[in-house]
Amino acid sequence: MTRVGVVTFPGSLDDRDAQRAVRFAGAEAVALWHGDHDLQGVDAVVLPGGFSYGDYLRCGAIASHSPIMREVVSAAERGVPVLGICNGFQMLTEAHLLPGGLIRNDHGSFICRDQVLRVENASTAWTSAYEVGQEITIPLKNGEGGYIASAETLERLEGEGLVAFRYVDVNPNGSLNAIAGVTNERGNVVGLMPHPEHAIEAGFGPDTKVAMRSGVDGLAMFTSALQSLLAV
Amino acid sequence: MPKIVVDVMPKAELLDPQGKAVAGALARLGNDAFTGVRVGKRFELTVDGPVDGDVLAAVRQIADDLLSNSVIEDVVGISVVDETGTHDGVSASGALA
Repeated sequence: MTRVGVVTFPGSLDDRDAQRAVRFAGAEAVALWHGDHDLQGVDAVVLPGGFSYGDYLRCGAIASHSPIMREVVSAAERGVPVLGICNGFQMLTEAHLLPGGLIRNDHGSFICRDQVLRVENASTAWTSAYEVGQEITIPLKNGEGGYIASAETLERLEGEGLVAFRYVDVNPNGSLNAIAGVTNERGNVVGLMPHPEHAIEAGFGPDTKVAMRSGVDGLAMFTSALQSLLAV
Repeated sequence: MPKIVVDVMPKAELLDPQGKAVAGALARLGNDAFTGVRVGKRFELTVDGPVDGDVLAAVRQIADDLLSNSVIEDVVGISVVDETGTHDGVSASGALA
């Protein structure tokens, strides 16, 4: 069975939700610890949301220097699929696995809403079960989710198709080009601010036109990784 | 004990939502003389021995690698404060990057 590691940092909040999403997708969830140097041979890694180290210094900054992250960086460089959600996305930018950075929302407030995203790149390890242009709804909850990058970096991201997800209808945090998530050139590392792990099971997801809380659009992110690992 | 002070500011061209919030509060309090506020960070590093070239080189490295994120921030000053509290500006390493 495919084994997907979920790293718990001091201050992680969504690690158990991410583990559950991994199990719903049909893989074994392996709990990994920030202070270890051991990835326990997992096939893919999820860096979950939360407020690691109390968001001290900068969001994700101290976590990006934790012992486990050294292993995550070298695994990512070997092509192992790595997904960073919210705080995990912030860690991936701090670790220079993804370009750009995240700053405080332009309106200054924490925001929590069911957010529509457009899948812009469906050929990454974490998006292959979607179609390009598909619109999905998953929860967003952050205070520092404003995506920024230099003009040259933005041009490169857009030109090379490295924008993975874009906000639709509402830009909830002032992200440049309404970027919600990005990927690296190889497509194995993806980071996004919204939370796919909160939209995997009917009854607990966002509302849809069909029924309350029936949205499960996030599940395909996890099944994508499983499919991409089986395809290798 | 000598202290090394590292000052970090959000990049000038980027929006500083924290500064904007403070500017809003100032305006509400009737302080209309100020046209802008930007909020940065000050780090104070304490060392046991003398501050020599090696220590300063290490501080410059730390300032770039950990204390700041060059995507969103600039190191705008590194200075040494001695026991008497006098400031001795060393360099603005942000300009070196």
